Amino acid sequence: MVDIKMSQHPLNPRECVDWIMDSECGGIDLFIGRVRSETLGNKVVQLEFESYEQMAVKELKLITDHVIATWSVQKVLVHHRLGVLRVGDIPVIIAVSAEHRDAAFDACRYIIDTLKRTVPIWKKEIYEDGEVWVAAHP
Amino acid sequence: MKKEILAFGIAREIFGSSCISTEMQEGATVADLRTTLEAQFPRLRALASYMIAGDDEYAALDRKLDSLKEIAIIPPVSGG
Repeated sequence: MVDIKMSQHPLNPRECVDWIMDSECGGIDLFIGRVRSETLGNKVVQLEFESYEQMAVKELKLITDHVIATWSVQKVLVHHRLGVLRVGDIPVIIAVSAEHRDAAFDACRYIIDTLKRTVPIWKKEIYEDGEVWVAAHP
Repeated sequence: MKKEILAFGIAREIFGSSCISTEMQEGATVADLRTTLEAQFPRLRALASYMIAGDDEYAALDRKLDSLKEIAIIPPVSGG
């Protein structure tokens, strides 16, 4: 079972845990991303996330399809937040349940690493004295 | 043929709009589109990289534009 969601509203880790716990699994891996207060010495005021939503959902589906074909997993959840986020807010939650821990860890790691490379979501970091589209320039 | 290009993130700021329209020759490819866009918006060349998507999928350089209904420019992604 797969649950993919892009949301303008705050993500709810409790809800994600409840959904992923509801299975006959031996292990669950949960990754929660969080907005840091500082990036390379710059004090972060807020982050703005946007996406090409229909393509982002499609790319996330490719990722979860690959996970299901590669590892023995039971449930896979990917929730990504959009809009304006502040320090401490949660931009992403990934959860995987599996019979054994190796599959859960490996799949979870694969999802976040691949998401960061391929899914059309962009974040702009707003600092006290400037702003930057993350990863845009070499 | 006239093609509309959707833009996101820094590409939207470079275009000054979330959608621009550009005139391409029949049979033009993704590579041709890149050349056209870079001539019109030289700041694209300063990006770490960028991709063109056609109908919600990353498109190869030799992909022809004719059959694509929706085209988008995808600057370096930074989700997560």
